[in-house]
Amino acid sequence: MSIVTSWRPRRGRNVELLLLCLAVAIVTIAYVSVEGATRGSIPANLGAQAGGLLAIAVAIHLVLRFTASYADPLLLPIATLLNGLGLVMIHRLDIAQGRSLTEGMALRQLTWSALAVGIAIAVLLWLRDHRTLRRYTFLAGAAGVALLLLPLLPFIGREVNGARIWIGLGPFTFQPGEIAKIALAVFFAGYLVRTRDVLSIAGPKFLGMQLPRGRDLGPIVVMWLISLAILFFQKDLGSALLFFGLFVAMLYVATERIGWITIGLLLAAGGAVIAYTLFAHVQLRVLLWLHTFSKDALDASDQLAKGVMGMASGGLFGTGLGRGRPDITYFAESDFIFASFGEELGLTGVFAILTLYALLVERGLRTAIGVRDGFGKLLAAGLAFSVALQCFVVVGGVTRVIPLTGLTMPFLSSGGSSLLANWTLVALLLRISDQARQPLADPSSSGPIPTLVTSR
Amino acid sequence: MSELTLTVLRFGLLALLWFFVFSLAAVLRGDLFGTRVVSRVTTQSGRVGSPAAPAAAPWRNRPVDNIVVTSGRLAGTRIPLGDNDILIGRNADCHLVLDDDFSSGHHARIFPAQNGWGVEDLGSTNGTFVNGQRIAEPVQFEPGAQLRIGRTTIELQK
Repeated sequence: MSIVTSWRPRRGRNVELLLLCLAVAIVTIAYVSVEGATRGSIPANLGAQAGGLLAIAVAIHLVLRFTASYADPLLLPIATLLNGLGLVMIHRLDIAQGRSLTEGMALRQLTWSALAVGIAIAVLLWLRDHRTLRRYTFLAGAAGVALLLLPLLPFIGREVNGARIWIGLGPFTFQPGEIAKIALAVFFAGYLVRTRDVLSIAGPKFLGMQLPRGRDLGPIVVMWLISLAILFFQKDLGSALLFFGLFVAMLYVATERIGWITIGLLLAAGGAVIAYTLFAHVQLRVLLWLHTFSKDALDASDQLAKGVMGMASGGLFGTGLGRGRPDITYFAESDFIFASFGEELGLTGVFAILTLYALLVERGLRTAIGVRDGFGKLLAAGLAFSVALQCFVVVGGVTRVIPLTGLTMPFLSSGGSSLLANWTLVALLLRISDQARQPLADPSSSGPIPTLVTSR
Repeated sequence: MSELTLTVLRFGLLALLWFFVFSLAAVLRGDLFGTRVVSRVTTQSGRVGSPAAPAAAPWRNRPVDNIVVTSGRLAGTRIPLGDNDILIGRNADCHLVLDDDFSSGHHARIFPAQNGWGVEDLGSTNGTFVNGQRIAEPVQFEPGAQLRIGRTTIELQK
């Protein structure tokens, strides 16, 4: 028995502003050290560039002050720092590849960042209550599946490096799977909040574990088949893993039954075996994973080997920004940006980055605990988990924990669709966390009546 | 740019990255203590949630009386008494919310009296009993006395 009084929570907006300034300062120092190491001088327009980044970050901060003043104060600084570090690394690779500022990837990434923050602001302004999204559950589901299928269409679908996950309209290319992640998280949340009671009915007991009933297996099997279809038609291991993992995780959050995780893992293992026996590209990925330095693997691709060697040369403290050779690895700015950081910032820096991701995910899950409606809980948990799973798939692939699959590192990797999707995701989390941390209608106005909470 | 400057920048960047992480962790501490569990005493101004306010300080120094539920569904519940009244009943806005079919919405009130505590029936249907006697007007609530409301028994302990 304990008595818990609600007290006016700290909004944390000033802390957020302080942390934002610190994040921008870190990015500026990283930028100066890149320029110093590669060109030997401090960039002339440093103040303008740092100010620009700060302006973008403060814009969204101001929107939070006015429309979501209780939102979590950590999400925005973390996203800003990761985005900024990604920009610096992409700029550093531009210099190494000899690309000028105008034709380089950094400028494009900066443009996309500004656009993504703009969309995040739009989401915060338009979506005043995340429960509105629940009305569009099935629309979101349909949109998610449609986005996943888009790259398969003729004319607009593009196959890049063996994976058909891109669409192209003229000069613009886009990876719709990233947006599908959010649409599907909304769909899963809306769907599971309706069906959780049925799905958590206990079925047969096996090895002391309560399994669900056989007739409730429909949704998970459908999701499994969709994931296999993504794997088969788009040859995209990462997305398949992400979507299936997201569904299983949200199913577990909704029903609290470990049985679903077991079934999910078994299905995933079964899917992996099927994929391995059927598809040559999966076999190649496994070969590259298990025997990275064998002759067969190096003949096929030395990307992973180069990435691993790069990280090894970084050691504990890294070579220093601009001092390594991360540009040797292909896709050093997207799939392998983690290896690039490993080389130049070393284990110390990479662990700091991983901690930032862990904190981002933790804030998401904390929001899920705090928010009062079931839909919001599931959505926040799903969004947070999708970030966690994506980081695991990318970092695990680069560090040879699991076979390498093509996913982007949220915020760090170069790529407009990834930035758009992840800033939108953060905007949604901010909106939900505003509701989660907001005090209930103030009881003290009608007298000193704290809430009585019984603990068992 | 000299080699020294670059080295300073290199390690400074790593140090700042970790400084940022630890600043985040410092903000996060609020989570660990996010639900502040305090005694059921509010400040004079009646402001819920300013337990650190100076008005709340005096009670910390003197021995706190408790009311303890000795039988009924909430048996074991202990509520420290402060400067304010304790409202007992089935309504959610009571301090002690009884899940007891025989109690009224606002059943009884325990209040600070001249020397100790008093108890008053708030016009309940089934009555309030102190040591087996149904009370009609406010009476002194002595330590050790049995206060019965419906099927719930409450005792004042020093």
